[in-house]
Amino acid sequence: MKAKIYVTLKSGVLDPQGQAVGRTLAKLGFDGVGEVRIGKYVEIDMHGQDAGKARTEVAKMCEELIANTVIENYRIEIDEAK
Amino acid sequence: MARTFGVIRFPGSNCDEDALHVVQNVLAEQQSQGRLLWHKDSKLGDVDALIVPGGFSYGDYLRAGAMAAHAPIMQAVKEFASAGGPVLGICNGFQILCEAGLLEGSLARNVGLRFVCKDVYCRVEGKPTPFTRDIPAGRHIKMSIAHAEGRYVHPDIERLEGEAQVVFRYCDADGGVSEASNPNGSVNNIAGVCNAMGNVVGLMPHPERACESILGGGGDEGLSLFVSALNTLGVAQ
Repeated sequence: MKAKIYVTLKSGVLDPQGQAVGRTLAKLGFDGVGEVRIGKYVEIDMHGQDAGKARTEVAKMCEELIANTVIENYRIEIDEAK
Repeated sequence: MARTFGVIRFPGSNCDEDALHVVQNVLAEQQSQGRLLWHKDSKLGDVDALIVPGGFSYGDYLRAGAMAAHAPIMQAVKEFASAGGPVLGICNGFQILCEAGLLEGSLARNVGLRFVCKDVYCRVEGKPTPFTRDIPAGRHIKMSIAHAEGRYVHPDIERLEGEAQVVFRYCDADGGVSEASNPNGSVNNIAGVCNAMGNVVGLMPHPERACESILGGGGDEGLSLFVSALNTLGVAQ
């Protein structure tokens, strides 16, 4: 199975990269673009575990390494079909 | 008796030799010596203070300092710090100490998105630390910065300020703190902080690059951090 992890800056933490992309989108003529926030996407192949256990493991990985919880949030999806 | 600074080298460190040069050569007459420590070591050996130098440890993969914070030597660094040993994190070293939980807060992408490389002034303040004890409070010193991720962020900045854990603040040549003197968008112009005990200090500017006036226009005011540590450790000057 595959664990899919989305790491995003916490709301309130300034994202200058997102702002720059938002300004460029506006320059390109895209109307109605609000705030743009940029994050990271991480995929991990998980072997020999049930989905619940995998989720618990991946949450630990996020807390210890994959996200910096001072400034980032994370969201985990477990894809059992993969 | 000589005092020994351990300088930790990670793959990707690039200010390790500069820091070693300062404690080994520039301060040789002050009974100072230095020793490189490898990131895979699990013991620090006989050192009196630690320097976590700048660079791009582990290629800054994932986040600046994220991998280095879990290097084998970091367990020993944590034990040294909790026993009150003086630890100085410079630039990437500051990022590593934050990632390792030895210092609070985090360093995010500069507001201007650019890698900023220039001389700055920093006002020294906050609680006494081994590296700032000898610098009169309110004095500002000139050092250079060179980073892309130096915007200091803290979830409870009022508490950090209240505990006097802010030890370096970006200012102008006259010591005035303003938005114009903030090179990266750090909250409250913060350039460096210490832990609750005061023995662990991290800063984005490079004091080791401002230790010999013969080099560039940086001056030698950065030397005061290392001299302060030597005095704290009790070396006869």
